[in-house]
Amino acid sequence: MDVTQALSAAFGLVFGGDHAFYAIVGLSLTVTLSAVVLAALIGLPAGALLALARFPGRGAVIVLVNGLMGLPPVVAGLIVFLVLSRSGPLGSLGLLFTPAAMVVAQTLLVLPIVIAITRQLIEDLHGEYREHLASLGLTGIRAIPTLLWDGRFALATAILAGFGRASAEVGAVLIVGGNIAGYTRTMTTAIALETSKGDLPLALGLGIVLIALTLGINAVTYAASRVGARFAG
Amino acid sequence: MRDTTSILPLSVEGLTFEAGGKRLLDGVGFALARGGVTALIGPNGSGKSLTLRMCHGLMRPSAGHVGWAVADGIVGGLKRHAMVFQKPVMLRRSARANILHALAAIGLSRSDRNARCVAALERFGMTDLATRPARLMSGGEQQRLAIARAWAMAPEVLFLDEPTSQLDPGATRQVEEMLLALKAEGVTLVMASHDMGQVRRLADRVLFLNRGGLVEDAPTSAFFETPASAEARAFVAGDLVW
Repeated sequence: MDVTQALSAAFGLVFGGDHAFYAIVGLSLTVTLSAVVLAALIGLPAGALLALARFPGRGAVIVLVNGLMGLPPVVAGLIVFLVLSRSGPLGSLGLLFTPAAMVVAQTLLVLPIVIAITRQLIEDLHGEYREHLASLGLTGIRAIPTLLWDGRFALATAILAGFGRASAEVGAVLIVGGNIAGYTRTMTTAIALETSKGDLPLALGLGIVLIALTLGINAVTYAASRVGARFAG
Repeated sequence: MRDTTSILPLSVEGLTFEAGGKRLLDGVGFALARGGVTALIGPNGSGKSLTLRMCHGLMRPSAGHVGWAVADGIVGGLKRHAMVFQKPVMLRRSARANILHALAAIGLSRSDRNARCVAALERFGMTDLATRPARLMSGGEQQRLAIARAWAMAPEVLFLDEPTSQLDPGATRQVEEMLLALKAEGVTLVMASHDMGQVRRLADRVLFLNRGGLVEDAPTSAFFETPASAEARAFVAGDLVW
Protein backbone atom coordinates (compact mmCIF):
# COMPACT_ATOMS: atom_id res chain seq x y z
CA MET A 1 0.00 0.00 0.00
CA ASP A 2 1.51 3.34 -0.94
CA VAL A 3 1.38 6.49 1.13
CA THR A 4 -1.42 8.12 -0.85
CA GLN A 5 -3.69 5.15 -0.36
CA ALA A 6 -2.71 4.99 3.28
CA LEU A 7 -3.59 8.66 3.72
CA SER A 8 -7.03 8.31 2.17
CA ALA A 9 -7.67 5.23 4.28
CA ALA A 10 -6.50 7.19 7.31
CA PHE A 11 -8.97 10.01 6.64
CA GLY A 12 -11.59 7.33 6.20
CA LEU A 13 -10.83 6.14 9.71
CA VAL A 14 -10.80 9.65 11.19
CA PHE A 15 -14.17 10.58 9.77
CA GLY A 16 -15.65 7.15 9.24
CA GLY A 17 -17.06 6.37 12.65
CA ASP A 18 -14.80 3.36 13.30
CA HIS A 19 -15.55 2.33 16.86
CA ALA A 20 -12.13 0.86 17.75
CA PHE A 21 -10.42 3.96 16.37
CA TYR A 22 -12.52 6.31 18.48
CA ALA A 23 -12.02 4.12 21.54
CA ILE A 24 -8.25 4.60 21.25
CA VAL A 25 -8.66 8.37 20.88
CA GLY A 26 -11.09 8.43 23.79
CA LEU A 27 -8.80 6.48 26.12
CA SER A 28 -5.86 8.73 25.25
CA LEU A 29 -7.84 11.85 26.04
CA THR A 30 -9.27 10.39 29.25
CA VAL A 31 -5.84 9.34 30.54
CA THR A 32 -4.12 12.58 29.61
CA LEU A 33 -6.91 14.87 30.86
CA SER A 34 -7.07 12.98 34.16
CA ALA A 35 -3.31 13.31 34.57
CA VAL A 36 -3.42 17.03 33.77
CA VAL A 37 -6.27 17.67 36.20
CA LEU A 38 -4.46 15.75 38.95
CA ALA A 39 -1.18 17.54 38.22
CA ALA A 40 -2.94 20.92 38.32
CA LEU A 41 -4.71 20.14 41.60
CA ILE A 42 -1.38 19.21 43.18
CA GLY A 43 0.98 21.43 41.22
CA LEU A 44 -0.74 24.82 41.44
CA PRO A 45 -0.81 25.01 45.25
CA ALA A 46 2.58 23.28 45.51
CA GLY A 47 4.16 25.71 43.05
CA ALA A 48 2.63 28.70 44.85
CA LEU A 49 3.85 27.37 48.18
CA LEU A 50 7.34 26.90 46.78
CA ALA A 51 7.23 30.47 45.49
CA LEU A 52 6.41 31.95 48.89
CA ALA A 53 8.08 29.59 51.35
CA ARG A 54 11.63 30.16 52.57
CA PHE A 55 13.38 27.11 53.94
CA PRO A 56 16.87 25.58 53.84
CA GLY A 57 17.36 23.68 50.61
CA ARG A 58 14.72 25.67 48.72
CA GLY A 59 17.18 26.37 45.92
CA ALA A 60 17.92 22.65 45.56
CA VAL A 61 14.20 21.86 45.38
CA ILE A 62 13.72 24.46 42.63
CA VAL A 63 16.63 23.05 40.64
CA LEU A 64 15.24 19.53 41.09
CA VAL A 65 11.74 20.50 39.96
CA ASN A 66 13.08 22.45 36.98
CA GLY A 67 15.26 19.48 36.08
CA LEU A 68 12.33 17.06 36.30
CA MET A 69 10.58 19.04 33.56
CA GLY A 70 12.94 17.17 31.26
CA LEU A 71 12.32 13.77 32.85
CA PRO A 72 12.39 11.24 29.99
CA PRO A 73 8.95 9.60 29.73
CA VAL A 74 10.47 6.11 29.64
CA VAL A 75 12.19 6.80 32.97
CA ALA A 76 8.93 8.07 34.48
CA GLY A 77 7.31 4.89 33.18
CA LEU A 78 10.08 2.76 34.65
CA ILE A 79 9.72 4.39 38.08
CA VAL A 80 5.95 3.91 38.13
CA PHE A 81 6.42 0.36 36.86
CA LEU A 82 8.77 -0.48 39.72
CA VAL A 83 6.43 1.07 42.29
CA LEU A 84 3.33 -0.69 40.94
CA SER A 85 4.83 -4.02 39.96
CA ARG A 86 3.82 -7.06 41.97
CA SER A 87 6.93 -6.89 44.16
CA GLY A 88 6.89 -3.09 44.40
CA PRO A 89 5.65 -1.03 47.37
CA LEU A 90 2.20 -0.48 45.83
CA GLY A 91 2.05 -3.80 44.00
CA SER A 92 -0.86 -5.02 46.08
CA LEU A 93 -3.13 -2.43 44.47
CA GLY A 94 -2.93 -4.36 41.20
CA LEU A 95 -2.77 -1.19 39.13
CA LEU A 96 -0.04 -2.18 36.70
CA PHE A 97 -1.24 -2.44 33.08
CA THR A 98 -4.41 -0.46 33.80
CA PRO A 99 -5.40 3.04 32.66
CA ALA A 100 -4.99 4.16 36.29
CA ALA A 101 -1.28 3.34 36.14
CA MET A 102 -1.03 5.37 32.95
CA VAL A 103 -2.65 8.33 34.67
CA VAL A 104 -0.14 8.07 37.51
CA ALA A 105 2.81 7.95 35.11
CA GLN A 106 1.59 10.92 33.09
CA THR A 107 0.84 12.90 36.25
CA LEU A 108 4.48 12.38 37.17
CA LEU A 109 5.47 13.86 33.81
CA VAL A 110 3.15 16.85 33.95
CA LEU A 111 3.59 17.73 37.63
CA PRO A 112 7.11 19.21 37.38
CA ILE A 113 6.01 21.44 34.50
CA VAL A 114 3.03 22.77 36.44
CA ILE A 115 5.03 23.25 39.66
CA ALA A 116 8.02 24.89 37.98
CA ILE A 117 6.03 27.34 35.86
CA THR A 118 3.64 28.14 38.72
CA ARG A 119 6.56 28.77 41.06
CA GLN A 120 8.18 31.23 38.65
CA LEU A 121 4.93 33.04 37.82
CA ILE A 122 3.74 33.33 41.40
CA GLU A 123 7.14 34.49 42.60
CA ASP A 124 7.18 37.31 40.04
CA LEU A 125 3.59 38.27 40.79
CA HIS A 126 4.22 38.22 44.51
CA GLY A 127 7.17 40.55 44.08
CA GLU A 128 4.79 43.02 42.50
CA TYR A 129 1.87 42.53 44.92
CA ARG A 130 3.68 41.85 48.17
CA GLU A 131 3.38 45.21 49.89
CA HIS A 132 -0.23 45.77 48.92
CA LEU A 133 -1.24 42.29 50.05
CA ALA A 134 0.72 42.67 53.29
CA SER A 135 -1.04 45.98 53.84
CA LEU A 136 -4.34 44.07 53.60
CA GLY A 137 -3.08 41.44 56.02
CA LEU A 138 -2.60 38.82 53.29
CA THR A 139 0.82 37.47 54.21
CA GLY A 140 2.24 33.97 53.82
CA ILE A 141 -0.15 31.36 52.47
CA ARG A 142 -3.06 33.80 52.77
CA ALA A 143 -1.65 35.53 49.68
CA ILE A 144 -1.87 32.38 47.55
CA PRO A 145 -5.54 32.51 46.41
CA THR A 146 -5.11 36.09 45.15
CA LEU A 147 -1.87 35.24 43.37
CA LEU A 148 -3.24 32.09 41.71
CA TRP A 149 -6.34 33.92 40.53
CA ASP A 150 -4.39 36.88 39.15
CA GLY A 151 -1.99 34.52 37.42
CA ARG A 152 -4.83 32.52 35.91
CA PHE A 153 -4.17 33.28 32.24
CA ALA A 154 -0.46 32.62 32.47
CA LEU A 155 -1.08 29.51 34.57
CA ALA A 156 -3.46 28.20 31.92
CA THR A 157 -0.48 28.22 29.58
CA ALA A 158 1.49 26.10 32.05
CA ILE A 159 -1.31 23.55 32.25
CA LEU A 160 -1.69 23.42 28.49
CA ALA A 161 2.06 22.87 28.14
CA GLY A 162 1.66 19.92 30.49
CA PHE A 163 -1.24 18.64 28.42
CA GLY A 164 0.90 18.87 25.29
CA ARG A 165 3.68 16.86 26.88
CA ALA A 166 1.39 14.14 28.20
CA SER A 167 -0.63 13.70 25.03
CA ALA A 168 2.49 13.31 22.88
CA GLU A 169 4.52 10.94 25.03
CA VAL A 170 4.66 7.23 24.32
CA GLY A 171 7.28 5.77 26.64
CA ALA A 172 5.54 6.03 29.98
CA VAL A 173 2.12 4.78 28.92
CA LEU A 174 3.70 1.94 26.96
CA ILE A 175 5.68 0.67 29.96
CA VAL A 176 2.97 0.91 32.61
CA GLY A 177 -0.04 0.36 30.36
CA GLY A 178 1.30 -2.47 28.26
CA ASN A 179 -0.49 -1.40 25.05
CA ILE A 180 -3.31 -3.88 25.55
CA ALA A 181 -5.79 -3.62 22.68
CA GLY A 182 -9.11 -2.15 23.75
CA TYR A 183 -7.89 -1.51 27.29
CA THR A 184 -4.65 0.44 27.55
CA ARG A 185 -3.89 1.19 23.91
CA THR A 186 -3.49 4.94 23.38
CA MET A 187 -2.91 6.95 20.21
CA THR A 188 0.86 7.08 20.68
CA THR A 189 1.34 3.42 21.61
CA ALA A 190 -0.96 2.38 18.78
CA ILE A 191 1.03 4.45 16.27
CA ALA A 192 4.28 2.84 17.45
CA LEU A 193 2.80 -0.66 17.17
CA GLU A 194 0.84 -0.26 13.93
CA THR A 195 3.76 1.37 12.14
CA SER A 196 5.99 -1.57 12.97
CA LYS A 197 3.23 -3.97 11.89
CA GLY A 198 2.75 -2.06 8.65
CA ASP A 199 -0.83 -0.90 9.29
CA LEU A 200 -0.15 2.58 7.98
CA PRO A 201 -3.76 3.85 7.71
CA LEU A 202 -4.42 3.38 11.44
CA ALA A 203 -1.05 4.89 12.38
CA LEU A 204 -1.55 7.82 10.04
CA GLY A 205 -5.13 8.37 11.14
CA LEU A 206 -4.10 8.55 14.77
CA GLY A 207 -1.20 10.79 13.78
CA ILE A 208 -3.63 13.18 12.11
CA VAL A 209 -5.75 13.32 15.28
CA LEU A 210 -2.63 13.92 17.41
CA ILE A 211 -1.44 16.76 15.20
CA ALA A 212 -4.91 18.32 15.23
CA LEU A 213 -4.90 18.04 19.00
CA THR A 214 -1.49 19.73 19.25
CA LEU A 215 -2.65 22.56 16.99
CA GLY A 216 -5.80 22.88 19.04
CA ILE A 217 -3.82 23.14 22.28
CA ASN A 218 -1.63 25.84 20.78
CA ALA A 219 -4.64 27.76 19.55
CA VAL A 220 -6.18 27.65 23.02
CA THR A 221 -2.86 28.70 24.60
CA TYR A 222 -2.61 31.63 22.22
CA ALA A 223 -6.21 32.61 22.89
CA ALA A 224 -5.65 32.40 26.65
CA SER A 225 -2.71 34.79 26.49
CA ARG A 226 -4.66 37.18 24.26
CA VAL A 227 -7.66 37.13 26.55
CA GLY A 228 -5.31 37.61 29.49
CA ALA A 229 -3.70 40.65 27.91
CA ARG A 230 -7.10 42.12 27.14
CA PHE A 231 -8.75 41.59 30.51
CA ALA A 232 -5.86 41.51 32.94
CA GLY A 233 -3.25 43.75 31.39
CA MET B 1 -22.61 49.35 65.74
CA ARG B 2 -19.19 50.17 64.46
CA ASP B 3 -16.60 50.63 67.14
CA THR B 4 -15.46 54.24 66.83
CA THR B 5 -12.50 53.99 69.18
CA SER B 6 -9.71 56.14 67.75
CA ILE B 7 -6.33 54.59 66.98
CA LEU B 8 -4.75 58.04 67.41
CA PRO B 9 -2.61 59.52 68.73
CA LEU B 10 0.24 57.62 67.14
CA SER B 11 3.45 57.77 69.06
CA VAL B 12 6.66 56.91 67.23
CA GLU B 13 9.71 56.58 69.43
CA GLY B 14 13.37 56.04 68.59
CA LEU B 15 12.61 54.36 65.27
CA THR B 16 15.83 52.79 64.03
CA PHE B 17 16.51 50.50 61.12
CA GLU B 18 19.74 48.85 60.14
CA ALA B 19 20.44 46.77 57.06
CA GLY B 20 23.73 45.48 55.74
CA GLY B 21 25.63 47.17 58.55
CA LYS B 22 24.24 50.58 57.62
CA ARG B 23 21.96 52.61 59.82
CA LEU B 24 19.22 53.76 57.46
CA LEU B 25 16.94 55.20 60.11
CA ASP B 26 18.29 56.59 63.33
CA GLY B 27 16.05 57.30 66.28
CA VAL B 28 13.13 58.96 64.54
CA GLY B 29 10.39 60.02 66.93
CA PHE B 30 7.23 62.05 66.60
CA ALA B 31 3.64 62.07 67.72
CA LEU B 32 0.69 62.16 65.36
CA ALA B 33 -2.61 63.63 66.48
CA ARG B 34 -5.93 63.37 64.72
CA GLY B 35 -6.59 65.26 61.50
CA GLY B 36 -4.53 67.27 59.06
CA VAL B 37 -1.85 66.42 56.55
CA THR B 38 1.66 65.65 57.68
CA ALA B 39 4.35 65.65 55.00
CA LEU B 40 7.55 63.65 55.28
CA ILE B 41 10.18 65.36 53.20
CA GLY B 42 13.89 64.99 52.68
CA PRO B 43 16.39 63.84 50.07
CA ASN B 44 16.41 60.34 48.58
CA GLY B 45 17.51 57.81 51.15
CA SER B 46 16.61 60.04 54.08
CA GLY B 47 14.24 57.41 55.44
CA LYS B 48 10.78 58.71 54.44
CA SER B 49 9.55 55.46 52.92
CA LEU B 50 11.04 53.38 55.71
CA THR B 51 9.27 55.50 58.30
CA LEU B 52 5.93 55.12 56.51
CA ARG B 53 6.34 51.36 56.11
CA MET B 54 7.20 50.88 59.76
CA CYS B 55 4.28 53.00 60.92
CA HIS B 56 1.99 50.90 58.69
CA GLY B 57 3.49 47.67 59.99
CA LEU B 58 4.99 46.46 56.72
CA MET B 59 8.50 46.47 58.19
CA ARG B 60 9.83 45.92 61.68
CA PRO B 61 12.22 48.46 63.13
CA SER B 62 15.59 47.22 64.42
CA ALA B 63 14.90 49.32 67.49
CA GLY B 64 12.26 51.75 68.61
CA HIS B 65 8.55 51.59 68.78
CA VAL B 66 5.42 52.42 66.81
CA GLY B 67 2.66 52.88 69.33
CA TRP B 68 -0.97 53.33 68.31
CA ALA B 69 -3.56 54.28 70.92
CA VAL B 70 -5.05 50.85 70.19
CA ALA B 71 -2.73 47.89 69.64
CA ASP B 72 -1.45 47.75 66.03
CA GLY B 73 -4.08 50.32 65.05
CA ILE B 74 -6.66 47.55 64.80
CA VAL B 75 -10.14 48.15 66.18
CA GLY B 76 -12.69 45.36 66.27
CA GLY B 77 -10.56 43.24 63.95
CA LEU B 78 -10.27 45.99 61.34
CA LYS B 79 -7.00 47.73 60.61
CA ARG B 80 -7.80 51.42 60.74
CA HIS B 81 -4.77 52.61 58.79
CA ALA B 82 -4.12 52.04 55.10
CA MET B 83 -1.34 52.76 52.65
CA VAL B 84 -1.05 53.96 49.06
CA PHE B 85 2.20 53.32 47.24
CA GLN B 86 4.27 55.34 44.83
CA LYS B 87 3.55 52.91 42.03
CA PRO B 88 -0.06 51.81 42.55
CA VAL B 89 -0.37 48.04 42.93
CA MET B 90 -3.26 47.06 40.67
CA LEU B 91 -4.54 43.50 40.67
CA ARG B 92 -5.22 41.93 37.27
CA ARG B 93 -8.93 42.54 37.63
CA SER B 94 -11.47 45.28 37.02
CA ALA B 95 -11.39 48.50 39.01
CA ARG B 96 -14.43 47.34 40.93
CA ALA B 97 -12.92 43.91 41.65
CA ASN B 98 -9.80 45.62 42.97
CA ILE B 99 -11.84 47.41 45.61
CA LEU B 100 -13.93 44.33 46.42
CA HIS B 101 -10.79 42.23 46.84
CA ALA B 102 -9.35 44.62 49.42
CA LEU B 103 -12.63 44.73 51.32
CA ALA B 104 -12.89 40.93 51.30
CA ALA B 105 -9.29 40.64 52.49
CA ILE B 106 -10.00 42.72 55.58
CA GLY B 107 -13.00 40.54 56.34
CA LEU B 108 -16.11 42.53 55.43
CA SER B 109 -19.36 40.74 54.63
CA ARG B 110 -20.49 40.54 51.02
CA SER B 111 -23.22 43.14 51.37
CA ASP B 112 -20.89 45.56 53.17
CA ARG B 113 -18.30 45.07 50.44
CA ASN B 114 -20.73 45.86 47.66
CA ALA B 115 -22.15 48.90 49.39
CA ARG B 116 -18.75 50.35 50.21
CA CYS B 117 -17.40 49.64 46.73
CA VAL B 118 -20.29 51.45 45.07
CA ALA B 119 -19.87 54.33 47.52
CA ALA B 120 -16.14 54.62 46.87
CA LEU B 121 -16.52 54.66 43.09
CA GLU B 122 -19.30 57.25 43.32
CA ARG B 123 -17.48 59.33 45.90
CA PHE B 124 -14.56 59.90 43.56
CA GLY B 125 -16.44 59.98 40.26
CA MET B 126 -15.04 56.67 39.04
CA THR B 127 -18.27 54.75 38.49
CA ASP B 128 -17.70 54.82 34.71
CA LEU B 129 -14.39 53.04 35.20
CA ALA B 130 -15.84 50.27 37.40
CA THR B 131 -15.62 47.45 34.85
CA ARG B 132 -12.35 48.53 33.23
CA PRO B 133 -9.34 46.25 33.77
CA ALA B 134 -7.38 48.20 36.37
CA ARG B 135 -3.99 47.63 34.79
CA LEU B 136 -5.11 49.07 31.49
CA MET B 137 -6.11 52.38 33.07
CA SER B 138 -3.81 55.43 32.94
CA GLY B 139 -1.31 56.07 35.71
CA GLY B 140 -3.48 58.81 37.13
CA GLU B 141 -6.61 56.66 37.08
CA GLN B 142 -4.71 53.83 38.76
CA GLN B 143 -3.50 56.07 41.58
CA ARG B 144 -7.00 57.51 42.05
CA LEU B 145 -8.35 53.96 42.18
CA ALA B 146 -5.69 53.04 44.73
CA ILE B 147 -6.83 55.94 46.91
CA ALA B 148 -10.51 55.09 46.42
CA ARG B 149 -9.68 51.48 47.35
CA ALA B 150 -7.95 52.68 50.51
CA TRP B 151 -10.86 55.03 51.30
CA ALA B 152 -13.34 52.16 50.96
CA MET B 153 -11.61 50.48 53.89
CA ALA B 154 -12.59 53.53 56.00
CA PRO B 155 -9.14 54.16 57.45
CA GLU B 156 -8.61 56.71 60.17
CA VAL B 157 -5.03 57.23 59.01
CA LEU B 158 -3.84 57.01 55.41
CA PHE B 159 -0.15 56.72 54.58
CA LEU B 160 0.92 57.77 51.11
CA ASP B 161 4.39 57.18 49.69
CA GLU B 162 5.03 59.83 47.04
CA PRO B 163 1.60 59.27 45.51
CA THR B 164 2.04 61.68 42.61
CA SER B 165 5.74 61.37 41.76
CA GLN B 166 4.98 59.37 38.62
CA LEU B 167 2.01 61.42 37.45
CA ASP B 168 1.63 64.33 35.04
CA PRO B 169 0.42 67.71 36.36
CA GLY B 170 -3.23 67.08 35.47
CA ALA B 171 -3.36 63.74 37.24
CA THR B 172 -1.40 65.17 40.15
CA ARG B 173 -4.04 67.87 40.59
CA GLN B 174 -6.84 65.29 40.58
CA VAL B 175 -5.04 63.23 43.21
CA GLU B 176 -4.42 66.32 45.33
CA GLU B 177 -8.12 67.18 45.14
CA MET B 178 -8.92 63.68 46.39
CA LEU B 179 -6.48 64.08 49.26
CA LEU B 180 -7.99 67.44 50.23
CA ALA B 181 -11.43 65.83 50.22
CA LEU B 182 -10.15 63.08 52.52
CA LYS B 183 -8.62 65.69 54.79
CA ALA B 184 -11.93 67.55 54.91
CA GLU B 185 -13.61 64.30 55.95
CA GLY B 186 -11.24 64.06 58.87
CA VAL B 187 -8.94 61.33 57.58
CA THR B 188 -5.45 61.85 58.98
CA LEU B 189 -2.95 61.86 56.11
CA VAL B 190 0.77 61.16 56.32
CA MET B 191 2.54 61.47 53.01
CA ALA B 192 6.09 61.37 51.74
CA SER B 193 6.66 63.85 48.95
CA HIS B 194 9.45 65.29 46.85
CA ASP B 195 7.21 67.99 45.43
CA MET B 196 7.68 71.09 47.59
CA GLY B 197 4.82 72.89 45.84
CA GLN B 198 2.57 69.99 46.77
CA VAL B 199 3.77 70.06 50.36
CA ARG B 200 2.96 73.78 50.57
CA ARG B 201 -0.48 73.20 49.02
CA LEU B 202 -1.51 70.22 51.14
CA ALA B 203 0.47 69.86 54.31
CA ASP B 204 -0.19 71.38 57.70
CA ARG B 205 2.95 70.00 59.23
CA VAL B 206 6.34 69.03 57.90
CA LEU B 207 8.69 66.36 59.17
CA PHE B 208 12.07 66.93 57.56
CA LEU B 209 14.31 63.87 57.48
CA ASN B 210 17.94 63.77 56.48
CA ARG B 211 20.26 60.77 56.46
CA GLY B 212 17.89 58.71 58.58
CA GLY B 213 17.32 61.28 61.27
CA LEU B 214 14.40 63.59 61.97
CA VAL B 215 15.89 67.07 61.65
CA GLU B 216 12.84 69.30 61.87
CA ASP B 217 9.21 68.99 62.90
CA ALA B 218 7.36 72.21 62.20
CA PRO B 219 4.16 73.72 60.82
CA THR B 220 4.45 73.96 57.03
CA SER B 221 4.55 77.75 56.77
CA ALA B 222 7.13 78.07 59.53
CA PHE B 223 9.27 75.36 57.96
CA PHE B 224 9.42 77.04 54.58
CA GLU B 225 9.72 80.62 55.87
CA THR B 226 12.16 80.10 58.67
CA PRO B 227 13.81 76.70 58.56
CA ALA B 228 15.66 76.22 61.82
CA SER B 229 18.55 74.04 60.67
CA ALA B 230 21.22 74.63 58.05
CA GLU B 231 20.26 71.36 56.35
CA ALA B 232 16.63 72.39 56.06
CA ARG B 233 17.61 75.84 54.79
CA ALA B 234 19.79 74.23 52.13
CA PHE B 235 17.04 71.73 51.23
CA VAL B 236 14.41 74.44 50.90
CA ALA B 237 16.79 76.55 48.82
CA GLY B 238 17.15 73.54 46.52
CA ASP B 239 20.77 72.92 47.37
CA LEU B 240 22.32 69.54 47.81
CA VAL B 241 22.19 68.41 51.38
CA TRP B 242 25.16 66.56 52.82
